[in-house]
Amino acid sequence: MLEYSTELLNALVLITNYVLIPAISYGSQLALGAVGVTLVFGILRFANFAHGEMMAFGCMATIFITWWFQSLGISGGVFPTALLALPFAILVTALLAVAIDRSIFSFYRIHKSRPVTFVVASVGVMFMLNGLVRILIGTDEIIFRDGHKFLIKAGAFKKMTGLSEGLALKQTQVLTFVLAVIAVLALFWFLQRTRTGKAMRAFSDNEDLALLSGINPERVVLVTWIIAASLATLAGVLYGLDKSFKPMVYFHLLLPIFAAAIVGGIGQPLGAIIGGYVVAFSEITATYAFKKFLKYLAPADLAPEGLTQFLTAEYKFAVSFLILVLVLLIRPTGILRGRVL
Amino acid sequence: MSNNRRAVLSFSVMGLMLVIVGFGQSWNVALAILNLCLISAVMSMGLNMQWGYAGLFNAGVMASTAIGGLTAMLISYAPVSRAWSVGGTNVFATLLSLLLTVAAAMLVWKKMAKGKKRSWSMSAVIMTGYLFMRFFYEQATSAIEAVDPAKTGFLGGLGLPIIVSWLAGGLAAAALAWLIGRIALGLRSDYFAIATLGISEIMISILKNEDWLSRGVKNVTGLSRPVPYEVDLQQSEWFSKLVQWIYGSAEDGSALSADMMREAMQLSAGVFVKLCYTVLFLAVVLIILGFATRALNSPWGRMMRAIRDNETAAAAMGKDVTSRHRQVFIIGSAVIGISGAMLTTLDGQFTPGSYIPLRFTFLIWVMVIIGGSGNNLGAIIGAFITWFVWIEAEPSALWLVSQINVFLEESNPLRQHLQEVAPHMRMVLMGLILVLVLRFKPKGILPEEAPDHY
Repeated sequence: MLEYSTELLNALVLITNYVLIPAISYGSQLALGAVGVTLVFGILRFANFAHGEMMAFGCMATIFITWWFQSLGISGGVFPTALLALPFAILVTALLAVAIDRSIFSFYRIHKSRPVTFVVASVGVMFMLNGLVRILIGTDEIIFRDGHKFLIKAGAFKKMTGLSEGLALKQTQVLTFVLAVIAVLALFWFLQRTRTGKAMRAFSDNEDLALLSGINPERVVLVTWIIAASLATLAGVLYGLDKSFKPMVYFHLLLPIFAAAIVGGIGQPLGAIIGGYVVAFSEITATYAFKKFLKYLAPADLAPEGLTQFLTAEYKFAVSFLILVLVLLIRPTGILRGRVL
Repeated sequence: MSNNRRAVLSFSVMGLMLVIVGFGQSWNVALAILNLCLISAVMSMGLNMQWGYAGLFNAGVMASTAIGGLTAMLISYAPVSRAWSVGGTNVFATLLSLLLTVAAAMLVWKKMAKGKKRSWSMSAVIMTGYLFMRFFYEQATSAIEAVDPAKTGFLGGLGLPIIVSWLAGGLAAAALAWLIGRIALGLRSDYFAIATLGISEIMISILKNEDWLSRGVKNVTGLSRPVPYEVDLQQSEWFSKLVQWIYGSAEDGSALSADMMREAMQLSAGVFVKLCYTVLFLAVVLIILGFATRALNSPWGRMMRAIRDNETAAAAMGKDVTSRHRQVFIIGSAVIGISGAMLTTLDGQFTPGSYIPLRFTFLIWVMVIIGGSGNNLGAIIGAFITWFVWIEAEPSALWLVSQINVFLEESNPLRQHLQEVAPHMRMVLMGLILVLVLRFKPKGILPEEAPDHY
């Protein structure tokens, strides 16, 4: 009996280490990105294809400021220096987002263009930001994490518990989750309690009615871009800290982010967060090889021979897309009734 | 300025630019650009049908290009008989179980009453089918991929002339478009764009990872050609006579020295091969342009524009909007598929890793938007301009960087950095052109024109 409970514990630790922890941190990154996409969609009513590149830009700005701080001798101690640089990078990215809006998107807003025109314009912005990031920082992989790397090390965990499975917890994973929770709480407080937040919700709900009641649309749009840029920067930096910064990765994050926003119900910030975790958990579960896990649980002679993996890791994108299609077919409004497109 | 004069003018300017490149850089470069301009023109004509005629935001252009390329490879590459003999049976078993699963699932869906029972039976059927497929599939792929993995490790193709694949690529892309249309059509434009973008990404990851089919990232090189090889040309009698005649008449009949002759032969062989491609591609462009123009000016084209401009009104007039959308989506994708096969033919190799959405989806969008959505000639001129800028932006940026670098010291790290990142200038330039055209000339260089009988 005791032996079986150890096996069970081993299986649990294994799944925590390889599925639960990575999925929570990846899900938080996706959720932050998806909230930005969904806010832009709710207020400006178009799918912003440049959001991934905005994340890349925010992360790049953070890296430059981090390097500058490091050269001045400022460091975050046990925490990554990037956290100190983050507020400044958010400022830069928000300024950029507002400048892009003023110079490009506002024209189509005034002329009440069709949503698809906005999407094409956002493709143009995507191209420009894509080139800009590569021109400024190059295309190499950059690791800008410093401070403590692990909170729990696999070896130490094994020694402590006597289990044969190790559990590793990186500081960045905890940071990702904590910062995401703080950002989301702050966002909800803002949307529910402040005047501007309420104006934003009203505007998203019914534009004409909001205008009639004297809400200044330009102010709402401005705040939306600032929030979207801040969340994009945060998501980009957390992803970069957790893994590494590669400019090309952020374009590929666009698809799971869109999937998360739509799955949760587009235009619904809470839905985007749920969607982020749904997409992350499905991606990681579907591409995880359950062989070892089942070996712990099943009797020795019943253990599976193959890897028992639904899909190989290369098909991660396919998972987010499959969820997207299923949701579109079964419940087009998303989990929390968002807009029907 | 009328549209016709504008078209003549813009094509003349484009031709002049290519001639300048020919004299300034080399004729090989100019013709290489021209060939890719022609292929891009086919792509943008295809996308123009979807976007310009019918208003479909297809962000999955890359999927059609890639399947066209795959078809070109599968049609022309010789079959690998050893791979077929070790894995063929299991491949068929996989296909059979796939078909049976789909058939059984459809049967359950149709025959059983809606409810929990049906959902469970569906899941059971699909799971069972999946297990069978996995079983045969794993045996098939491991056997096939073990066959001489350094050289083949895949099933190979049919060994037919590659030019056949241009048609086959179009058909394959049409079939894929039918499938995509089943899933994604009927969604609003943003969703449709995201869905097609997703499908194209999946398509590429399949090509990259299913080694038994496409060799994945190991690439398939050395595809056959519809035109002669440079090496053969340089050794053939008639070609050397031709070169002698051209150069002889240019330089007052004086005989060429051996060294000069060899150089002239090399240069002319390259130019000759590229010219052969140009003729073939130009023929395709003209044929598709002919069909496209007729279609656009026919009642069918009028109906498409009516649907694009007001779906509700068109539906009220009894037009089946979704099935018309599907139709034009399939036709446009087929045209893009043809261009994908042409591209792989020109490259002489199939490289799944080279398919990236920026180059194969969004760049085509830039072409259509700046050329003029809804105008076939506009799509062509848009493709020419965009591809020309895309290629020539790199040397221009490098030149610019070298001008800046004059002021920087040799040891300055900025100097090296600038040199490395200069090529990315073209991304910024593309985005800038797109945004500027969309803002100041939203109808493009050659705007869509209402036919006379409006």
